[in-house]
Amino acid sequence: MTEQKAEKTGVIYGINGPIVYLKEDTGFMMNEMVYVGPERLVGEVIGLSSKRITIQVYEETTGIRPGEIVYGTGAPVSVTLAPGILTNIFDGIERPLSEIAKTGGAYINRGVSVDSLDTTKKWTTHMTVKKGDYVSGGAIIAEVPETQAIIHKVMVPPDKEGYILDVVSDGEYTINEPLLTLQLPDGREEKLTMTQKWPIRQARPTARRFPASQPLVTGQRILDTLFPMAKGGTAAIPGGFGTGKTMTQHQIAKWSDANIIIYIGCGERGNEMTQVLEEFSELIDPKTGNPLMDRTTLIANTSNMPVAAREASLYSGLTLAEYYRDMGYHVAIMADSTSRWAEALRELSGRLEEMPAEEGFPAYLASKLSAFYERAGMMQNLNGTDGSVTIIGAVSPQGGDFSEPVTQNTKRFVRCFWGLDKSLAYARHFPAISWLTSYSEYLNDLGAWYSEHVDRKFVDYRNQLVSLLSQESSLMEIVKLIGGDVLPDDQKLILEIAKVIRVGFLQQNAFHKDDTCVPMEKQFKMMEVILYLYRKSRSLISMGMPMSVLKEDPIFDKVIAIKYDVPNDRPELLDDYKKQIDRFYDNVIERNA
Amino acid sequence: MAIEYLGLSSINGPMVVLEGVQGAAYDEIVEMTANDGKKRLGRIIEVDEDRAVIQVFEGTEGMSLRSVHTRLSGHPMELGVSEEMLGRTFNGIGIPIDGLGKILPDKMLDVNGQPLNPVTREYPRNYIRTGISAIDGLMTLIRGQKLPIFSGSGLPHDQLAAQIVQQASLGDDSDEEFAIVFAAMGVKHDVAEFFRRTFEESGVSSHVAMFINLANDPVVERLITPKVALTLAEYLAFEKNMHILVILTDMTSFAEAMREVSSSKGEIPSRKGFPGYLYSELAALYERAGIVQGVNGSVTQIPILTMPNDDITHPIPDLTGYITEGQIVLDRTLNGQSIYPPINVLPSLSRLMKDGIGEGYTRADHQSVANQLFSCYAKVGDARALASVIGEDELSPLDKKYLEFGREFEKRFVGQDPHDNRNIIETLKIGWELLRMLPREELDRIDTKLLDQYYAS
Repeated sequence: MTEQKAEKTGVIYGINGPIVYLKEDTGFMMNEMVYVGPERLVGEVIGLSSKRITIQVYEETTGIRPGEIVYGTGAPVSVTLAPGILTNIFDGIERPLSEIAKTGGAYINRGVSVDSLDTTKKWTTHMTVKKGDYVSGGAIIAEVPETQAIIHKVMVPPDKEGYILDVVSDGEYTINEPLLTLQLPDGREEKLTMTQKWPIRQARPTARRFPASQPLVTGQRILDTLFPMAKGGTAAIPGGFGTGKTMTQHQIAKWSDANIIIYIGCGERGNEMTQVLEEFSELIDPKTGNPLMDRTTLIANTSNMPVAAREASLYSGLTLAEYYRDMGYHVAIMADSTSRWAEALRELSGRLEEMPAEEGFPAYLASKLSAFYERAGMMQNLNGTDGSVTIIGAVSPQGGDFSEPVTQNTKRFVRCFWGLDKSLAYARHFPAISWLTSYSEYLNDLGAWYSEHVDRKFVDYRNQLVSLLSQESSLMEIVKLIGGDVLPDDQKLILEIAKVIRVGFLQQNAFHKDDTCVPMEKQFKMMEVILYLYRKSRSLISMGMPMSVLKEDPIFDKVIAIKYDVPNDRPELLDDYKKQIDRFYDNVIERNA
Repeated sequence: MAIEYLGLSSINGPMVVLEGVQGAAYDEIVEMTANDGKKRLGRIIEVDEDRAVIQVFEGTEGMSLRSVHTRLSGHPMELGVSEEMLGRTFNGIGIPIDGLGKILPDKMLDVNGQPLNPVTREYPRNYIRTGISAIDGLMTLIRGQKLPIFSGSGLPHDQLAAQIVQQASLGDDSDEEFAIVFAAMGVKHDVAEFFRRTFEESGVSSHVAMFINLANDPVVERLITPKVALTLAEYLAFEKNMHILVILTDMTSFAEAMREVSSSKGEIPSRKGFPGYLYSELAALYERAGIVQGVNGSVTQIPILTMPNDDITHPIPDLTGYITEGQIVLDRTLNGQSIYPPINVLPSLSRLMKDGIGEGYTRADHQSVANQLFSCYAKVGDARALASVIGEDELSPLDKKYLEFGREFEKRFVGQDPHDNRNIIETLKIGWELLRMLPREELDRIDTKLLDQYYAS
């Protein structure tokens, strides 16, 4: 904050876990950021009444005593927005963990005060405006190559506008050096730097919202083909432990065609964050040739870090995402896991002695969840560029039971549902996304894109696959009761083809160099080959050939192995499979005619 | 601060309230003396101006409102740690109970610990050989991992944990050794005795520090026992460069103690009466496993929990599974068939396995064999379900093969003698012998090259 406010203070009288109470109204604002006690722990005002003030503390409150002082900052809890966000790893309130490690060693100490971003680094800056220009909120004033992959666009804060009185020349600047002077409409002059601050609980303004029209291509067949996700869309990945939520999110973070990834580890394992950090630094983005970390920011608030900061971490991540969207980028947020965030709400609500609704969760769970997911979207920004924020939230249902409040409330606000299935995970079928319970409402919105960019027949083929899989599932009910031998041959064929689809198409090996990410063209051609095999086999069956004869030919196993045998960059090899199927057809007829 | 307060304003179960207190800090430790002269420790869990709510670790029995003297210590719960603690036995709050005298602490550490910075963690990659095929082959334990055993009453989880402790080694050519920190929370007397005897018999007791809170010891003490044990483990691992294996048993008693204390505090319960912060509290323990960059030590955790009514969706196993890096699930049916260890491999999992096995660690085919065994064993379940409806004779020849495979898998791969210490090559060899019972085209998880190399031979 530029203007100097008299710092307000208050006196602690009660402490209960992460909640601290102050006596009397001290003039603090709702959601104001405060410093608690002599160690200056970061906290936020979450309740005000004339008799007492309630504060949640983002750090461990051990050792806080009544009578100690709480200092106001006059500003809501905000994140700092400037170059240096990418490749970084922050805690839930945007404190850089690597800086904390430099000063505090292996553990996260309390009351550490570090700048969110490096204030000494000089960034190569190219100014895109000149003296005399009139700029409004959101306008791009400078470009800074933040990483090899991403140009950071410095913007006028959304609530400012005016004439540029003077501007620096291109050169090297830190994030706190003034770049230009703005004459505000009321005549005041203000110097702008690269840095903006934005309150985390408030959405950054945009010009308008577009309906979903482009898919977020992830390279994962079951997602792209069966249950596609739109840029600016919302998806939930619910699943019990060990079903592969984190793995699925890692895969999307690695291979999706978003420009920027914000990965929020919210109340999850420390080792997982370390793994993301290690792996993403080594992996190369196939589209740009740069390290994946160059487009990634991690927010790590692991399960043993303070619970209040866990609640804030989702909003911090979301605000960073919106900031990059404002530059015209497509940003995807991986929130792992939103259940931990909901539990943090529950924990704080319990400490505040609020009346619980379902399963101890506060009654405002649904409204908080909806407010979170509604900040996603494909937008036209204030500066005229288009950008999107896509939210993919993992949900960890208690006991793997999807009827619990967090899953159910999430389901109401997301349009894409990738339900993970325990029995698939037990059989090590990965990704263990159930094709029977999952759905995507984006399918209709994206049909036009698929027809134009992949193939006109794409949606039709996709529907055929889904229909075969659902026929299989009803046939399996019978097989479970009487065995598969008694089925007529045409039904046996459906089981056989469904197996090809399951093993050869839906199952995808994240550790195989080709199979880990598959381009749309190959996905389409694989579908085409599988359906071609089905058509040919069906006509053989209708000629009276038994399934056992068809199975003598290794063609079914060959089609299953396409995912490994055909390299991603040579999809033309797939045409050869159709010829092989034709030969199989002729052979069967020849030998059994 | 030497002010002593005389008297209390109320006592409710393990909780007492002290009024008129000056400068009491949240989470501070207090020392209380009742009129019998016995000293007890307590922890301040809530402060309201001059009123402090104190949790008494050793229980409030024999305390009266008037005669109790309370002294503030000015610091949170601390444990004096030293290497001398290996080979010793302590009570649940870290006071020696083996009659061998006091410990001269090297330093005092806050038992609550502090969260490890994810940036300074090192991703665990080195596998620990337990000599148990089901674990080494299918859910490999990695140094720095937290891998709980989900069990039920009457299942041999203690025996399994003891076997892991005896056989655990860091590969064949390593002379590094584990030291063991053992924390018992609310366990039966004979369980504690079983572990003590096993450690003695296998000659490791000089490397074991035991923290014992028995089933009839004060409930509140249980809440601090795992923290005390992990504080020592972290000290030995990260400051003394030792590899530490921590056994925590039984986590169910720990969580139930938390529920008991929470309800006497009048807190709003969430699922099954457990407090809303159960997840955070469990995480604060489990996350203390790991490896720190630049340090040659590690903390590996094997918590044991008994699932109430064998229900894996009960909040305790459920929340544990969401925090730990996998789980080993014991099964009553297998136990009924006298298969030891009765590990149900399908719901069992080791999340860190994929990065610690394969070429350079174990053998190149390890992951594929594991995947294939999982996938085939999952099909055994289908075949069994079908056989129970139409009878085994009516099954297709392939389904019959699966049934046979399932039986042999349980008998030879999962089942093994409690003293049998198999190396990874033996384990994989048995795996291939089993897979050879099935037709080659059924093995769809294994690369053709590996099949050529191992299936035929």
